[in-house]
Amino acid sequence: MNSFSIFVIPFCAGVLALLVFSVWKYWRWIRSFDRLQRATIRRNIWSWRFLPAIWEAFREGLLHWRITKKNILLGYMHRSLAFGWFLLIVVGAVQAVLAYPHGHPFWMAIFYNYFEPECNPVDFPHAVFFANLMDALLIYVLSGLFLAMFKKVWSRPLGMKRTTRHTLMDRVAKMALWCIFPLRLLSEASTSAIYGNGGFMTRGLGRVIDAIGIADPAFEYTCWLLYSIALGTFFCLMPFSRYMHIFTEVFLIYFRQLGVHDSNRKTGYTMFELSACSRCGICIDGCPMNRELGIVNMQGVYMLQSVRNLELQRNAESIAENCLMCDRCVADCPVNIDLSVIRRQVRIKNKAPFDNKGGYTYLRNVQPFNSIGRVAYFGGCMSHLTPGITSSMETIFNAVGQKYWFMDKEETICCGRPLLQQGFENQAADLRRKNTEMIQGSKATMLITSCPICYQSFRKEYNLSIPVMHHTEYIDMLIREGHLKVRHDNLKVTYHDPCELGRGCGIYDEPRNVLRAVTTLLRTDNEREKSLCCGFNLGNPTLDLEQQTKIRDAARDNLMAPHPDIIATACPMCKKAFLRAEDIPVKDIAEIVAANIS
Amino acid sequence: MNKFGFSISQGRQINYDEIKSDKLDKLLELVPSYKWCIGCGGCTASCSAGGFTDFNIRRIHTAFQRGQYDGLEEKLKSCMLCGKCLLVCPRGVNLRSLIINMRRILAGVDVVTWRPPREDRIDKQLAKQNEKNKRI
Repeated sequence: MNSFSIFVIPFCAGVLALLVFSVWKYWRWIRSFDRLQRATIRRNIWSWRFLPAIWEAFREGLLHWRITKKNILLGYMHRSLAFGWFLLIVVGAVQAVLAYPHGHPFWMAIFYNYFEPECNPVDFPHAVFFANLMDALLIYVLSGLFLAMFKKVWSRPLGMKRTTRHTLMDRVAKMALWCIFPLRLLSEASTSAIYGNGGFMTRGLGRVIDAIGIADPAFEYTCWLLYSIALGTFFCLMPFSRYMHIFTEVFLIYFRQLGVHDSNRKTGYTMFELSACSRCGICIDGCPMNRELGIVNMQGVYMLQSVRNLELQRNAESIAENCLMCDRCVADCPVNIDLSVIRRQVRIKNKAPFDNKGGYTYLRNVQPFNSIGRVAYFGGCMSHLTPGITSSMETIFNAVGQKYWFMDKEETICCGRPLLQQGFENQAADLRRKNTEMIQGSKATMLITSCPICYQSFRKEYNLSIPVMHHTEYIDMLIREGHLKVRHDNLKVTYHDPCELGRGCGIYDEPRNVLRAVTTLLRTDNEREKSLCCGFNLGNPTLDLEQQTKIRDAARDNLMAPHPDIIATACPMCKKAFLRAEDIPVKDIAEIVAANIS
Repeated sequence: MNKFGFSISQGRQINYDEIKSDKLDKLLELVPSYKWCIGCGGCTASCSAGGFTDFNIRRIHTAFQRGQYDGLEEKLKSCMLCGKCLLVCPRGVNLRSLIINMRRILAGVDVVTWRPPREDRIDKQLAKQNEKNKRI
């Protein structure tokens, strides 16, 4: 059995390089997990969580299920390349094991046809079956490759208006990848031209090569050599290009299933997230900055690029700053990378030189109110600019006989989230400490807030011992349990999902339940996860009023399309944004309910 | 002297010729909308921090304009960045950006100005995309 030829060397060198660099990188990243993340891993590593992790890795890494849900063709393209190639390798390995039961070098799975050109049914009875199967798989992969090339020319049919601008390294790696499969077909066909082996496709192409008259061992050898070089090049470039996501995604899914979260600092886990980004560019299309303003250099994929790439790091600050933090990209990301948290990490790093503690000493004299048996109501800063919301909430509290403590009726202490979003981590912690002291000290039974920004902060960043509710959740509960009787009036309403409430906290149904109880709710084109940002989000400190207005107008047009009588929202900030557009009546859910108590 | 109920106060005149405007220029470059400020004081009236203490954002940015930087850094720390001033401002001045950048400049942190990388290429790409969209 002849099992070695010089041409396998590039392939073997590539595999070795890939192995060495991947192990080195992963080892370094795993070493730099922070203490909390290590503790989480240690706690959960012997649990059954690896089972859902395996399933998710198979579903996302090979079948690309989330991308398929976005667009069937795009999903097919990714699946055929990933799953198809995976099957080619696996079936090739099985074939090699069956053909050589007494051991064989590992490249036999890849270069089987070169070393075993004779289709001898006595030695290996399944040869014909395997040859046809491999051909079918190769067609599957090539169809995906054809789609990928088509996408390069015209990406619309694959559901992408705009595609990513790649770095040079990524483009070279992609070219190597694109060469692999046509070269494989060509080499197998050239062998087939000489020996007449192969499946339905390679044999056909082999006959063509024979007819042209170039079927000779030198040509065959050249083809196999080129194929090996393409593979070797791709494997060498893989750890330094976007194709690192292929393996990294599996690790990321496993760590995520173990319960590891990102922290406010860049850790090894962040490095896994950075490399798990396949730079597919799905985050670009949904981004309101792209849709309305045509700004296409700050979306998730470029932000990660700027953090990962040392050369681009001088842009990291401006890229991280110029974002609304509406979480649309987080909802769209097929790898579920927590883009907002990574963006915040960059902001925190940049603000560190002037993020000092002790600015809020003036809050020392603010004392909690003894509110045993009451609920605490936190209007939030923005509600003070829309007093209709707070007075409606007071009406509702009085209507159901609920005693309450309006925490910030006179003086507001901010929840700290706007500071944290901008990267002032220490100052935000100061405010959180004060608010926690106020809420815990009051002995209130529950905290209700009108502002989704505060709501997300209280739920995710605070560690309160009492339940936290947004007022839409609270009103929904009151109506469901029969405490609050409302009448249905005939208003037609569209609902605007605030970013922080919807994508931030997953509250989509409660506001809709309330609105259905009181009004007729109309559907819009972009709702729930796809809702549009109102543009006045506190996340972006750099946009000017004109740009914000453009984003707001797009959201307004979407809401006005079904011709409602009123636009309903659940966020004082969004309400204020739409109020500025003057030509439309906009009301908070609390106001609509308070006007319809029976 | 105290018996008379008055004291000699320091001179309060400001010589604009002596003010170095580099910090203000930087601020205007980073926050262009600050040029539109008419000093109405809406920001100060709505301020959450101003409800507790004598934090006065109009006074602070006026002092910054006049080059009176003493104690400003300390005072600016009182701001909670809640953004009410931003929504109140009748001129659309980006007050949060103003505050953040005043602090940045006073702390002497090197500022990377917002510059889209390779703008010409982005324009070209945009034009190409529009062309495509038209065709469809």
